[in-house]
Amino acid sequence: MATKELVARTGNEAMAEAMRQINPDVVAAYPITPATEIVQLFSAYVADGLVDTEFVTVESEHSAMSACVGASTAGARVMTGTSSQGLILMAEILYIAAGLRCPIVLAEVNRALSSPINIHCDHSDTMSVRDSGWIQIFSENSQEAYDNMIQAVRIAEHMDVRLPVMVTTDGFIISHGLEAISLLEDKEVQDFIGPYKAAYSLLDVEKPITVGGLDFTDFYFEHRRQTAEAMQNAKKVILDVGREFGEKFGRSYGFFEGYKLEDAEIALVLLGSTAGTARVAVDQLRAAGVKCGLLKLRVFRPFPAAELAEALKHLKAIAVMDRSDSLSTAGGPLFTDVRSALYDLPERPAIVNYIYGLGGRDITVEDLEGIYRELQRISGGGQVQETIQYLGVRE
Amino acid sequence: MTKGWKELPEGGLITEAGNAHKYETGDWRNLRPVHNPEKCINCLFCWIYCPDSAIIVKDGKVVGIDYAHCKGCGICARECPDRVKAIEMVDESEFE
Repeated sequence: MATKELVARTGNEAMAEAMRQINPDVVAAYPITPATEIVQLFSAYVADGLVDTEFVTVESEHSAMSACVGASTAGARVMTGTSSQGLILMAEILYIAAGLRCPIVLAEVNRALSSPINIHCDHSDTMSVRDSGWIQIFSENSQEAYDNMIQAVRIAEHMDVRLPVMVTTDGFIISHGLEAISLLEDKEVQDFIGPYKAAYSLLDVEKPITVGGLDFTDFYFEHRRQTAEAMQNAKKVILDVGREFGEKFGRSYGFFEGYKLEDAEIALVLLGSTAGTARVAVDQLRAAGVKCGLLKLRVFRPFPAAELAEALKHLKAIAVMDRSDSLSTAGGPLFTDVRSALYDLPERPAIVNYIYGLGGRDITVEDLEGIYRELQRISGGGQVQETIQYLGVRE
Repeated sequence: MTKGWKELPEGGLITEAGNAHKYETGDWRNLRPVHNPEKCINCLFCWIYCPDSAIIVKDGKVVGIDYAHCKGCGICARECPDRVKAIEMVDESEFE
């Protein structure tokens, strides 16, 4: 087993370190706060000759993802990084990357979307491309960001999947927060990911192909169905890779992680860095005899609906925490998916939605304790007063 | 029967080279170029300009138009020299 001593790394440093060890063939990127450091550090690795990567500087994120798609269809292992406005400027090409089955890995730092302009964390950017065909993996901390980047390569490149993967951290909270993490040896990373084998290459003159051909009413539907199947296949691959990573390096990963969930009566469901805050709230309430727990979702796309239903079915009341708002008036994106996943249960838990932390608004242990107290009231037979609430917004 | 999703190449790839000929774009056409060999001087401007390689030339002479692929864009009729005008665009409805 690897990982000897702990080192101090921010989320951005951890992701850049993973990229150095992965040593991709091509990185095309454009800087944006708070993700800039990832590719800035990586460009220094290129300049210092620590990687063999062709680093393509471009004039926008749209161009960055376009260059990534070009390199990937040419047969290269490709990575990039971005955030917020950058991600949504890429949006057009994100869909193309997935449709062309390009196994690109993207380091995404969650940040609010304009307007108003804001550089701090929420999940609006990542959620806005949730239907693009990219696998989406959320990280709670720097360690997970590092581990997820390495696993993402294996998941994306698996021949049953061949879909792009974005690994996310929470802007500033994780991207700039210094934490003690353990790193793998370069060789361990290389052995784990293995050499890249392109499914096809535009540059293969022995086997000429057309990429990006026109699909009309007669073929488009079939190709979308293939992508849906790849997303379905990704579920098994994500679990296999997470298990193998655990066997080799001591840190296992699944679709989600429960904390004191098994005997809990009430629980929060959430993504990303808020899990750390929620654990403290759970511990404090448990000490006071409250049977509360936590489910931290790691994989948002593909959405593990059946597995979530199984893990949550015994609860009396659930609060789903959305760090973005769909503005649908029917709840945040995590809420609508989780509630839908529970619909077929014979006995459904009561469920409420809190939209919180938009634009980087802090979430505290006390905030979460208050939600657990409300869940206690509901599980005790109290009525749900408002299904969707905005937590901590000034009236 | 056209292949189903389990059999098609993934990613919308076309894995066979030079197969554009199989895609008959002629049914997009609503104006049909009609070539008049009496007027034609065989300058081959139409052959050069046709974006679908639909002008059929044999021994240096225009001998016909490939209606299976001609989309009816009218470039051939436009490029045919003013003093010649050997190609006329005729509404497809007149051929039913």
